[in-house]
Amino acid sequence: MFLAIVAIATLSAGFGLLLGFAAVRFRTEGDPVVDRIDSLLPQTQCAQCGFPGCRPYAAAIVSEGADINRCPPGGDATIRALADLLDREPKPLDPERGVVKPRAVAVIDEEVCIGCTLCIQACPVDAILGAGKLMHTVIADECTGCELCVEPCPVDCIDMIEEPVTLSTWRWPQPVDSTGGSGSPARQAG
Amino acid sequence: MAGQSRLWHFHGGLELPAHKSGSTTEPLTAAPVPGVLIHPLSQHIGSPSEAIVAPGDYVKKGQPVASATGYIGSPVHAASSGTVIDVGPQPVPHPSGLSADCVVIETDGRDDPYVGYDPLINYRTLNAPALRARVRECGIVGLGGAAFPTSVKLNVGTGLKSLILNGAECEPFISCDDMLMRYRAEQIVSGAQIMLHVLEIRHCCIAIEEDKPESHQSLLKALSAAGDERIEVVRVPALYPEGGERQLIQVLTGKEVPVGGIPADIGYLCQNVGTAVAVARAVLRGEPLISRIVTVTGSGVAQPRNLEVRLGTPISHVIDACGGYTEAARYLVMGGGMMGFPLQGDQLPVIKATNCLLVASEEDIRPRSPAMPCIRCGDCATACPAQLLPQQLYWHTQSEEFDRVEDLNIYACIECGCCDLVCPSHIPLTQNFRYAKAQIWSQKRERERSDVARNRFEARNARIAAEKSERARRLAEKTRMLQTGAADPAAKKALIDEVMKRVGDKKDSSAEESGKE
Amino acid sequence: MQFLLTRPPHLRPAVNVTRVMAELLVALAPATIAYIWFFGPGIIFNMAICVAVACLAEVAMLAARGRPSVAQLSDLTAVVTAVLLAFALPPLTPWWVAATGAAFAIVFAKQLYGGLGYNPFNPAMAGYVVLLISFPVEMTQWLPPAGTDLTAERPGLEATLWYVLTGQLPAPLSWDTIGGATPLDDVKTQLGLMRTVDEVRSGPLYGDFGARGWEWINNFIAIGGIWMLYRRVIRWHIPVAVLLGIIIPATAFYIADPGNHASPAFHVFSGATVLGAFFIATDPVSAATSDRGRLIYGFGIGMLTYIIRAWGGYPDGIAFAVLLMNMAVPAIDHFTVPRPYGHER
Ligand code: SF4
Ligand code: SF4
Ligand code: SF4
Repeated sequence: MFLAIVAIATLSAGFGLLLGFAAVRFRTEGDPVVDRIDSLLPQTQCAQCGFPGCRPYAAAIVSEGADINRCPPGGDATIRALADLLDREPKPLDPERGVVKPRAVAVIDEEVCIGCTLCIQACPVDAILGAGKLMHTVIADECTGCELCVEPCPVDCIDMIEEPVTLSTWRWPQPVDSTGGSGSPARQAG
Repeated sequence: MAGQSRLWHFHGGLELPAHKSGSTTEPLTAAPVPGVLIHPLSQHIGSPSEAIVAPGDYVKKGQPVASATGYIGSPVHAASSGTVIDVGPQPVPHPSGLSADCVVIETDGRDDPYVGYDPLINYRTLNAPALRARVRECGIVGLGGAAFPTSVKLNVGTGLKSLILNGAECEPFISCDDMLMRYRAEQIVSGAQIMLHVLEIRHCCIAIEEDKPESHQSLLKALSAAGDERIEVVRVPALYPEGGERQLIQVLTGKEVPVGGIPADIGYLCQNVGTAVAVARAVLRGEPLISRIVTVTGSGVAQPRNLEVRLGTPISHVIDACGGYTEAARYLVMGGGMMGFPLQGDQLPVIKATNCLLVASEEDIRPRSPAMPCIRCGDCATACPAQLLPQQLYWHTQSEEFDRVEDLNIYACIECGCCDLVCPSHIPLTQNFRYAKAQIWSQKRERERSDVARNRFEARNARIAAEKSERARRLAEKTRMLQTGAADPAAKKALIDEVMKRVGDKKDSSAEESGKE
Repeated sequence: MQFLLTRPPHLRPAVNVTRVMAELLVALAPATIAYIWFFGPGIIFNMAICVAVACLAEVAMLAARGRPSVAQLSDLTAVVTAVLLAFALPPLTPWWVAATGAAFAIVFAKQLYGGLGYNPFNPAMAGYVVLLISFPVEMTQWLPPAGTDLTAERPGLEATLWYVLTGQLPAPLSWDTIGGATPLDDVKTQLGLMRTVDEVRSGPLYGDFGARGWEWINNFIAIGGIWMLYRRVIRWHIPVAVLLGIIIPATAFYIADPGNHASPAFHVFSGATVLGAFFIATDPVSAATSDRGRLIYGFGIGMLTYIIRAWGGYPDGIAFAVLLMNMAVPAIDHFTVPRPYGHER
């Protein structure tokens, strides 16, 4: 009897120590969950999710329990990442929010632009340069492709142009027959 | 390594059918100059060159038509004389099948040489930067297939242990280096001497695979003629992928190039034997890189052989020089049977990296049988020269867990294809790894972009918030002043006037102001 | 001219799963003949029943999982599982016992985990263990090997068939007259009765190094195994490690106390040691994958087998040892990731 008690006590003390050690050793950085969600969102800032930007959406996921399938620019990959992080079931993109499109950048037709500054006010990342009554232009590298500038333009001079593939950005696609008869069905090459 | 007596092994590797005899029976000859030459501006690793000719210009053989941009870059030279007829996008030999900017020249058949580079016979009196400049202006890049600018590679500082000339051409079907060693051994030796001078070292080792006795003999002969003690020839066992720089260094020295590093980090520099010849010609004869030896082989071509081909020659022209296609031709591959990539058409030019044109029949390249599930046999790991676990990499690639794939060091994968060839389940492993690398690359790019976007978004929000609070503060101040100044009507009036004036100004400039960042 | 597209590498593998499995079956042929020689034709019926049931189960499960069944059946993995299970069964086994084992191996141990390549446990051994637990009597009734002279009468072809079909021995025969314990069983019981190993080994069941009959079957299995090594169907790490895992502790205990512990040679040449080392532990799907991992995995199987034989409740421990080590495989794999090229040691 005595022996059993000692054995069990030693065991639990041992495991307790082990767990305590593990807790210290493997502690994860306590960064707030909103930050972590925000870091998974594509930062297109397009507001298609119904919130005025990615961070507000991240906040809404935490505080209002907003669904994780509202971000079209992020597509499936983002939904899966969010599902992983939040331990929720991944679900398909909410079609009401939009569709997955290839990344594009806004291009202002500089002949047509009247310099109204409306697009400058609409751009969530200040990627449009220009001054009143002067021609505007988009800094292509900074443009997130959110399309928010397209609508306000009174003369319809902004087009979304898909990024062309060049020799230096081309990559081998996913092999067609690679599922090996099991696992998830082959996804379209991204 | 001096006095090479012992060889080491690299992990894994395969003994593959060489398929080389077909193309080495005929002697090395030159292909005729075609009617049209297509010179892509980007045929090396690094930034694309910039065209310096325009349609209508007359160019001579060897005249630069595009200049290098950036440190890692290389100029392009006209391979024969004629008139530039186009500068613009043309389909280029690339796995993507995309087009890229090219200079197209209609040749005039005169082959007028351009005089612009003096032969530097007394190169021993010149210093390394001068010789590297010559190598760079002659457009020389690694001819083993990677096409990395040679002048950059030669700029590794001093203190190297040894220069390794890579004549271990292990990939099935390719025999251009073999033929080069048979026919141009003296030039290889001269190239080695020049590079030794540039690098200021005293040891060079030329590695040849054991299944190439003719090359070995001819190199030994050239060496004894040159009487250069610094250069030795080492025979290495024929095992794929021994021609890989890292594997060859491992065999010769027993050392591994650290991950993310270059061979110079452990004191070695590896150059292809073809590159050595190109260097010798550039320095001793002032010839820019305008031709290379190309193996044309496979059962889809009538007379398989090795040809010296002008760069820019359309592939169809090269095939014609080999008697044209046979009935069996189904595939056109640039490179060898393991790492070469497929081309869709033959109206593409030969470029600096074209070491082999494999015209394959359905016998040469059998269709893939459907993949079965992995049976975890581990044969792939046994064969992998990078000592990876292809089976685990595959597993995580399938479930798109790319961070795990990265943890398993996917970047060490040299895409040699050994794992594919031993897999009893016929899983397209190498393709999966290329895809995984691409995904990781694009995810990284996305993340960088989104970080930039987040910062800009936050900066903008901060700016808007600051403007707002500034406005609120000013408003509060005004109200307070109006209230406190109410006692003195004159002061009040002055204040109101001032405000009205400012509002008027503001109206004029409001548009401008909001446009400012 | 337009060309077809292909992705590198363009050469194709010379091996395929079907061939690997077929060579494994061929490698078992000499041992099968030896088995028939020593234990009669029972194994033929066992094999036939196991193979038939395994194939049926495989087809049914594949159909239920909506996968193409013909392609998967032709990989022969189900046949191999069935044949290995049949090898582990006693020479006289009623058909429903064999069928249950084969069905369990395929349905539960293989297909329900996701089919070929996904099963964490060796299906043949999972099936065997289930039978050992569910049919303890049938699974431990062995015939003495031919040439032991324990009994004049041995069941012939008809008697065997009769037993297989009904589970009853035909009239003149009974287990009391024809039956016998396996040598491992015998050693275990006798040592329990305080006999010394030498006394036990002088019994008629024992041959030159191990158990009579078994030692020859083991020899033929080893020949098949070495042929597989030569043909590169398997690699040396697991068999060598399994044998070492048995020989090392067996030698240690034998030297320390030869009276109470059987010799290492006896351990190697009795029971399913060699079959386990060459044919069962080498099942790639449920084994560790790296070379170092395989050495650990094999050694673990050997050690556990010895421990179970020496101190456990069952006479032969290969099956349990394999299943136990199967469970350890993820951990082994995790800790034996090889150092990739260019990384610090
Ligand atoms: S929908 Fe647009 S704003 Fe919303 S999270 Fe996605 S990218 Fe950000
Ligand atoms: S392709 Fe990559 S993973 Fe496969 S064997 Fe070669 S280096 Fe290893
Ligand atoms: S060779 Fe093929 S079947 Fe074997 S472990 Fe590798 S991927 Fe799996």
